[in-house]
Amino acid sequence: MSLLEIENVTKTYDALTVLTDVSLLVETGEIIAIIGRSGSGKSTLLRCINGLESIQAGRIVIDGVEVNDPGTDLRKLRQQVGIVFQGFNLFPHLSVCRNITLAPTVTKGIAEADARELAREALVSVGLEDKIDAYPDQLSGGQQQRVAIARSLAMQPKLMLFDEITSALDPELTGEVLRVLEEMSRTGMTMVLVTHEMGFARRFGSRVVFMHEGRVWEQGPAADTLGKPKTKELETFLNAVLH
Amino acid sequence: MTYTLQFRDVFASWEYLLQGVVTTLYLSSIVIIFGFLIGVICAAGRIYANRVLRMVIGGYVEAIRNTPLLVQLFIVFFGLPGFGLRFDATTAAVITFTVNLGAYSTEIVRAGLQSIPRAQIEAGFALGLSGPQVFRYVILSPALKMMFPALASQFILLMLATSIASQISVNDLFHAASIIQSRTFRDFEVYLVVGVLYLALALIFRVAFALIYKLAFGRR
Repeated sequence: MSLLEIENVTKTYDALTVLTDVSLLVETGEIIAIIGRSGSGKSTLLRCINGLESIQAGRIVIDGVEVNDPGTDLRKLRQQVGIVFQGFNLFPHLSVCRNITLAPTVTKGIAEADARELAREALVSVGLEDKIDAYPDQLSGGQQQRVAIARSLAMQPKLMLFDEITSALDPELTGEVLRVLEEMSRTGMTMVLVTHEMGFARRFGSRVVFMHEGRVWEQGPAADTLGKPKTKELETFLNAVLH
Repeated sequence: MTYTLQFRDVFASWEYLLQGVVTTLYLSSIVIIFGFLIGVICAAGRIYANRVLRMVIGGYVEAIRNTPLLVQLFIVFFGLPGFGLRFDATTAAVITFTVNLGAYSTEIVRAGLQSIPRAQIEAGFALGLSGPQVFRYVILSPALKMMFPALASQFILLMLATSIASQISVNDLFHAASIIQSRTFRDFEVYLVVGVLYLALALIFRVAFALIYKLAFGRR
């Protein structure tokens, strides 16, 4: 059984079909890079995985639990599936420490003192342990994004989803965030990234999934897929983003 | 002709003034606490409740905000006894002012709740928080922080407006002023002193709100 099974998923907004018959299996420890034009359904697919968006047909199963079964406790599921957004989405009124400890203390009942230690450990893994008492508005974009990653990691998820997490950052800050992902890839974390960082996808992605018009158009090992695209659409896309 | 200020007679009635200050302080504090709670509950209701409830709350807010406070006070004190609901003056004042402040607070808190970006709410859900937990930690807390200055202003306006409770014989600060005035005929002095006392009360409230803000929302 794969950690994440996406089977024939279709997603529509009224008359607009966003995802058509999407299937994807992700094994534990894999790093999947989802690429494609804006509007191709990449982010929507990611948001369907942790139930932020509903699906109209098909199944999404995470570690044996079906996301769209009405009987599924989505809160429990989301505690095991971290997601990091393009816009960081830190809570601006809370310190870095409290941003990280809020969910563990509130949902898992971890004591404040232990939670602070948990926050410290999570911050060490993103290289920001000295910012534990800072507030989001005192951090750079790159630092905020690393805190957002630490916030997800502190829930000890089985699967991490990243939704274009470097798109709002300049190249230098992008570098510091990608280094955190690199570090994380060495710990064996299963990751699904929607990304425009082809270099990162090539070096660290175990697989690349190219989405086009709401379908999985082409997929395969990262280097092969990016090096020798089989479809004309992927070739056009790669030419557009690499130049 | 020159007018000589004569405060002696006014200060001779200091017991009335003290009684008035205590009543105004006590009345305002109760009203602020309950008016604020009504505000939070109705604001949440106006956003998240079903359509009927939303309309009921909307009607309450608009009815209160578009009629004079004095009329509301007279309806409660002189009108409701006609339906068998009889309150003593102080209770009638507390009810009226609480209902009035609740309506104004509802609008302020609602604006705060609706200003929280969707993305933050989504981040809360994505971390596995429940709906009530998201409301409390991700929506209400920063909303109140943001709206605190507006709420504090509204609370102080309310405290000043409680002076009309004297119209139904509540022995508040303004009522004390009227008594002293009718005994001494030192109108200017009396109302000057009472004005300064209201100012002092307002400053006390401001300091108290600043402290509460620091305790509740300050960065540590």
